[in-house]
Amino acid sequence: MSDLVNFFGDNTSLLLNRTGAHLVIAAIGLVISLVIALPAGIWLGHLHKGSLLAINISNVLRALPSLALIAISLAFFGLSRANITIALVALAIPPILTNAYTAVDGVDPDAVEAARGMGMREREVLFGVELPLSWPLIFAGIRTASVYVIATAPLAALAGGGGLGDIIVNQPTYKLVGVIAATIVTVALAFVIDGLFGVIQRAVTPAGLVVSRELHTIVPPAESDLPADRVLA
Amino acid sequence: MNAVVFAQGGPVIPNFGRGDECIRNNGNFCLHWFLDNFGDRFWPRMVEHIELTAIALVIGFLISFAAALAAYRYARLELPFANVSALFYTIPSIALFQILVPITGIGWTTIELALVSYTLLILFRNTLTGLKEVPDEAKEAAEGMGLTRRQSLLRVELPLAVPAIIAGVRVATVTTISLATIAAFITPLGLGAPIFSAIQTGANTEFVAASLLSIALALIADVAIVFAQRMLTPWVRARSRAT
Repeated sequence: MSDLVNFFGDNTSLLLNRTGAHLVIAAIGLVISLVIALPAGIWLGHLHKGSLLAINISNVLRALPSLALIAISLAFFGLSRANITIALVALAIPPILTNAYTAVDGVDPDAVEAARGMGMREREVLFGVELPLSWPLIFAGIRTASVYVIATAPLAALAGGGGLGDIIVNQPTYKLVGVIAATIVTVALAFVIDGLFGVIQRAVTPAGLVVSRELHTIVPPAESDLPADRVLA
Repeated sequence: MNAVVFAQGGPVIPNFGRGDECIRNNGNFCLHWFLDNFGDRFWPRMVEHIELTAIALVIGFLISFAAALAAYRYARLELPFANVSALFYTIPSIALFQILVPITGIGWTTIELALVSYTLLILFRNTLTGLKEVPDEAKEAAEGMGLTRRQSLLRVELPLAVPAIIAGVRVATVTTISLATIAAFITPLGLGAPIFSAIQTGANTEFVAASLLSIALALIADVAIVFAQRMLTPWVRARSRAT
């Protein structure tokens, strides 16, 4: 135990440095996933079309083992940050895409109809009614994705390097105590980022919206929210 | 001249079998080599991988199922179990495998402990959600028919929760197949073994092939579970056709 405290004391700059790199790796993966999955999920949900597309893409991506993606990408790109980024994007897209689609698709049709009846344009319906009502579930997906990404980013150290994984996969140098220290930092990071998104989630959720407490925990039960017959064609 | 010496002394370089051009150039995927080596190098690892996954799923399911039933009955048990299993989820698997080694040694126990801990959250969550979402009318009808609590649970509530439970098993299965590849970081078991060793040696075909096999395994398992779900819950499709 005192070894652990000492490790934090003696290697503060190393840990900070690797934490910074870890956040960059995780952020790149998460941002790319958001750019791809968020508009796609929201738009398909708005049209109430392509549920099979959104859900099946998520199912296939979810099934891809991260290490396999890193290894295959390693063969093509060599040691590079592309390897881990591909794995993280495959990991982060499913929860973001599924939740965004499910959220917007599931907005109370009466609310949408009322908005149209008031003369709102398509854009206004989407941004003024559907999205605000969808934020809780959308953010639940983003929070899940961010936890996945931070917990998986240590694999970066296997192919291209960077982040807390450099310490975690290098037990010969840093000993078990280093592995444990870097793991504690990784777990803490996951909780901090999850909490941060939780704060944003609460801030953007309309005051009148009653949100199930389920959505505030780390992994949302999004899978079971879907009617079973819609999971695969 | 060289040719003569060569012919007299025999081959100096040991014969590694027929390395075709693809292997000599370390191509990304040499099909011949893969087919030649499938039986020796890949098949045993694949069987191990399936065993690792199946054991973890069975144990994880038993624990989560019991915990979900307990939490369904006594609501205050839900939060502690959900939080502990969520904590496991944030621990990088490559770290957890190493941290368990001093406690449980290098081998199956360590790998299964880690793999099981990652299945708990999803299986517990989905089982409990499935049970909670059983419509009140169904429970009231069961009560009205004179079913005891136990009978209602076994004959009405659990069957209605099956789709949600299987959805959880599905996610847990592909997740476990993925995490089981990382187990080879501590000991060469499963399809992760050729991936890690070949990343070290730089033998492209070997780690690409092992990676493709693990992907195939996950996709096949995923589809198999969907079919199992249809067989187990014929009423779901019948109902969706009716509407």
